Amino acid sequence: MNGFIEQFLNGLIPGSIYALIALGYTMVYGIAKMINFAHGDIIMVGAYILLLGLNAAGVPTWLAILLSIVGCGILGVVIEKVAYKPLRNAPSLAVLITAIGVSYFLQNLFLVIFSSQGKSVPKFIHVSDFTVGGVTVSGNMIVILVVTIIVMIALTYFINKTKLGSALRAVSEDKGAASLMGINANRMISMTFAIGSALAGVAGILWVSMYDKAYPTLGAIPGIKAFVAAVIGGIGSVPGAMIGGIALGIVESFTKAYISGELVDAFVFGLLIIVLIFKPTGILGRKRIEKV
Amino acid sequence: MALLEVKNLGISFGGLRAVDNFNISIKQGQLYGLIGPNGAGKTTIFNLLTGVYRPTDGSILLDGKSIVGQSIHKISQEGIARTFQNIRLFGKMTVLENVKVGLHNEYKYSLLASILQYPTIKKEAEMNERAMEILKVFGLEEDAKLLASNLPYGQQRKLEIARALATNPKLLLLDEPAAGMNPNETLELMDTIRLVRDQFNVTILLIEHDMKLVSGICEELTVLNFGTVLAQGKPEVVLNDPKVVTAYLGE
Repeated sequence: MNGFIEQFLNGLIPGSIYALIALGYTMVYGIAKMINFAHGDIIMVGAYILLLGLNAAGVPTWLAILLSIVGCGILGVVIEKVAYKPLRNAPSLAVLITAIGVSYFLQNLFLVIFSSQGKSVPKFIHVSDFTVGGVTVSGNMIVILVVTIIVMIALTYFINKTKLGSALRAVSEDKGAASLMGINANRMISMTFAIGSALAGVAGILWVSMYDKAYPTLGAIPGIKAFVAAVIGGIGSVPGAMIGGIALGIVESFTKAYISGELVDAFVFGLLIIVLIFKPTGILGRKRIEKV
Repeated sequence: MALLEVKNLGISFGGLRAVDNFNISIKQGQLYGLIGPNGAGKTTIFNLLTGVYRPTDGSILLDGKSIVGQSIHKISQEGIARTFQNIRLFGKMTVLENVKVGLHNEYKYSLLASILQYPTIKKEAEMNERAMEILKVFGLEEDAKLLASNLPYGQQRKLEIARALATNPKLLLLDEPAAGMNPNETLELMDTIRLVRDQFNVTILLIEHDMKLVSGICEELTVLNFGTVLAQGKPEVVLNDPKVVTAYLGE
């Protein structure tokens, strides 16, 4: 039983991080109707900014974390303005390919600057482990869980209860009508990219707190897993991204523990295929009926 | 001075001249009707006035200020609001939230403030209160918590007007407000439109096919045919104009 709980916790941790990343995919899809394939690489950028901050003399840890989150937010806005905004009315395939291009650009830019060698990130979360009923939980895990829960609650509140959140939902539902109500749709899209990328920054920080290495392709795997999580949860749905991310992490962990460590990815993508066959819009996705 | 002054307005889509040499002058507080056969270019004119389309030529002055070339949300902030021929409410949002979207620019606070909470709670409460006041005018206060898509059709039309009024417009454009309504609902709608004009101190330009509504409430009419003005003036004169009758009924 303890083993089961441990595996559950082991799944919850990457699951929380997938969920944070998936939120960015789903929010951007909801408002800009595009899959931002460069989203995963923002995690990597976040990790490097954190690393630079931690290694710089005289920069306190909290500031390094803050700089990383804000830096990612700004990067997201810049990417949108430079790469995606000129393609607002272009076919979706053009946007998709551009996103892949941005992803390669970021990876290779960091490859040139920092080389392909992984750089180890000093430990920056100091919370002691503790044991409950024979199960040891690391302090780091607790921090990740608490941060994820706080972020999710804050985001849910923001989207559902505030003026800007309603404006965001209005633009995602009908951009034209929202503009005619006086909402600056471009600003809402920028804001979404800022929030989504800042969340990716948080995910990047949490990721290196667990796996303590930063390297240029760091974002690729969590990025693609989080994309799968967003699709499983129902792309465009915020609670769906949260559920999808955590479900994915737990499936991974149980597969590793009880079936085979080598089959993890097969199970993850198998889950995606099953969801797509039986509920193509994802767990919480809504059917879109196109009216003519 | 007129609230809305449109001169020589025209737009071409490729070789198609959808609107040509369109002139209109609407006085503050007027209830003005824009009618014409299907495809005459009425909705295109609404799209030109709201900035959805950019005119090929001509000028649009709102309160003496040119709005040609401004972005859609800027024009809304200048004071033009509209409803749609085919309802375009935010269906996944509640009735109250729909109106609050209209209030977006009336209550300002920043992203930072909404993260830091404090002022937002007060502002949100004020917005809720104002939105409820508007809903009450339309008798929709009981339905505030319903999803907009779950409202009956007639109520959805009213909610669209409520949402447009929330933007605090000088000029309200109604695109076929009576479409799909039965005669009783249309009568009720006529009262609502008059009430809106008086209570919200707004000028109204409406597109309508229901001649009872048009002759019942419009103080002045413009008839559009093939993108150009066919007749303009008082309803009783315009509607009896042989040119207008021909345009509607044929020779």
